[in-house]
Amino acid sequence: MTLELVLFILFGSICAVSSVMMITRPNPVISALFLVLNFASLAGLYLTLHAQFIAVAQVIVYAGAIMVFFLFVIMLLNPETEKKFFKEKPKFRIFIVAIVALVLFQLVYMIFLSQPSGEMTKEVSQSVEAGTVENIGKEMFTNYVLPFEAAGYLLLAATIGALVLAKKKFE
Amino acid sequence: MQIPIEYYLILSAFMFTVGIVGVLTRRNAIVVFMSIELMLNSANLTFITFSSFLGDAAGQLFVFFVMAVAAAEAAVGLAIIIAIFRNKLTVNIDEINILKW
Repeated sequence: MTLELVLFILFGSICAVSSVMMITRPNPVISALFLVLNFASLAGLYLTLHAQFIAVAQVIVYAGAIMVFFLFVIMLLNPETEKKFFKEKPKFRIFIVAIVALVLFQLVYMIFLSQPSGEMTKEVSQSVEAGTVENIGKEMFTNYVLPFEAAGYLLLAATIGALVLAKKKFE
Repeated sequence: MQIPIEYYLILSAFMFTVGIVGVLTRRNAIVVFMSIELMLNSANLTFITFSSFLGDAAGQLFVFFVMAVAAAEAAVGLAIIIAIFRNKLTVNIDEINILKW
């Protein structure tokens, strides 16, 4: 058991458990808090994959900004608490869980059938070099500068759109 | 020992299917939205995995742009939910059916 494997098992199990807890909690505030835990442990997984920049961006953007926004809207709207997961429409929900479990089984089967680890082994020095802030920044402002500017316009449009949609109508 | 790529892919597939269950079964529009964020993140995990195993930064740049789009989507989507709540005083998607015919 190397440290890498221990960290993967730790963060991976937190990730899996918190995602299941998130969709089964009746209270949306608790769901949102489990989603924060899920995003934080995903940042840990990104670190085991040597993606330092994305791991930090994940904590700042997802676990920080987006989830605060979600919690803010939940507390603004104060939605009613639902019933327990299998209490409401139990047949429909069991049916959906069964279908999706079938899909998951098929995905896992395909992943093991195709054996990607046979031809893909990690070159550690290469993957460390790919994930540094220096390398990401260099790529972003040379090869990907047009999508970067487009992302800026997208965020501006989203800000204006959110303001127009959510503001009170004065008439 | 190196962690095989399958482990990451299976974790990502699991998170994606949990997100699908959340979208299909929950009735609260905000929780449905959070499940969509969960599915976006599982796709991000796959991108980072392949980026790291191939030693290529393109996947990580794509994740950066996915984050920007997710932030925009969350802002607009939650604004729509607020606007609906103002009109109908509910976020239960069974009662929001004005586009149903």
